Amino acid sequence: MPSLKALKNRIVSVKNTRKITKAMQMVAAAKLRRAQEAAEAGRPYAERMNGVMASLAAGVSGSGSAPRLLAGNGNDQTHLLVVMTAERGLCGGFNSSIAKLARQRAAELVAQGKTVKILTVGKKGREQLRRDWSHAFVGHVDLSEVKRIGYANAAAIARQVTASFEAGEADVVTIFYARFQSVISQIPTAQQIIPAKFEEAASTNALYDYEPSEEAILADLLPRNVATQIFTALLENGASEQGARMSAMDNATRNAGDMINKLTVQFNRTRQAAITTELIEIIAGAEAL
Amino acid sequence: MAGTLQFDLVSPERRLASVQANEVQIPGAEGDLTAMAGHAPTITTLRPGILKAVSAAGTKAYAVTGGFAEISASSVSVLAERAVPVEELNAQLMDQLIAEASDVSGIEPANAAKILSDLQAMKAAAGF
Repeated sequence: MPSLKALKNRIVSVKNTRKITKAMQMVAAAKLRRAQEAAEAGRPYAERMNGVMASLAAGVSGSGSAPRLLAGNGNDQTHLLVVMTAERGLCGGFNSSIAKLARQRAAELVAQGKTVKILTVGKKGREQLRRDWSHAFVGHVDLSEVKRIGYANAAAIARQVTASFEAGEADVVTIFYARFQSVISQIPTAQQIIPAKFEEAASTNALYDYEPSEEAILADLLPRNVATQIFTALLENGASEQGARMSAMDNATRNAGDMINKLTVQFNRTRQAAITTELIEIIAGAEAL
Repeated sequence: MAGTLQFDLVSPERRLASVQANEVQIPGAEGDLTAMAGHAPTITTLRPGILKAVSAAGTKAYAVTGGFAEISASSVSVLAERAVPVEELNAQLMDQLIAEASDVSGIEPANAAKILSDLQAMKAAAGF
């Protein structure tokens, strides 16, 4: 049985931990609100982009002259996996679940005899994948200095990805991120961005005039579309990270509370036992006289 | 023409405008065009320039750096890569935009020179 002093120290230390987790939870809640706003602000752009791209793609894909970013380069030998995770830990299973999905996919692809390359965005994913897949790493994007993710960050990643596609270093590009559903649920998602895939051709097929030509517009828009998808994924990831951290820290706070209660009970019992022992000693001494 | 059209200006980071406008002047890649109600459905890419929306409340101008516009008979949606209300524009921001454009220029040298000169023209026109 630990001494009274040791128990007291323990309680103080757990109380301090609880203060920290509580603070982190509140910070995450504030950041979550901002991240969610950013994700919502980006949604109209992404939706319209997707709509226009879908109708453009439907028009061109049949013609055989589709750009390579849309149709692919005819191979699917080399897969580039872009794994987007957080720069910081202490956010529950957020980073692990993304890394796990990426690891699974990479293993499947290797089993099919494909070549896998991995580009990591965010420090945590890199750390988790390092053990098994460090031979597949082709690069890392560090966003730890970035306070607020902007379109420019996404565009830079998109340029890197597109360049490696154009250079023939990758045939299929898939991004991994966590889609934000609610504070308690973030869904790790794999999304193929090159060759571009669209949910369905838009049915509102108004006959558009294209200026310049349809192909030129498509060639201009496809790289933008890659950047937009990456940007959307980064924003979703940002919201998911804060959501995951918030619920993880909420749990931690509650656990710390439980622990304090348990320790306090133990502390009181120990104190009572000490008092009882003393009393018994005194009474026994008195009787002996 | 009395009709108005729904004008939306969105950038990846935020929605800048969503109003009823009488006419929208767009800096298209192949020349400026003005969209009014009843315009033939058109999709055009943008070059860097000033986009103006004329509505009952007055004229709002935005500096855009690229993107595309989707015009239909009753609406105009402009998806700009960067869009800044002209009031917020200043020499520093223009220089930043130009710096960004020159940074990308490694990718498509043919277009980069044009984009850069468009931006510089825009800067001159804005009087900085």
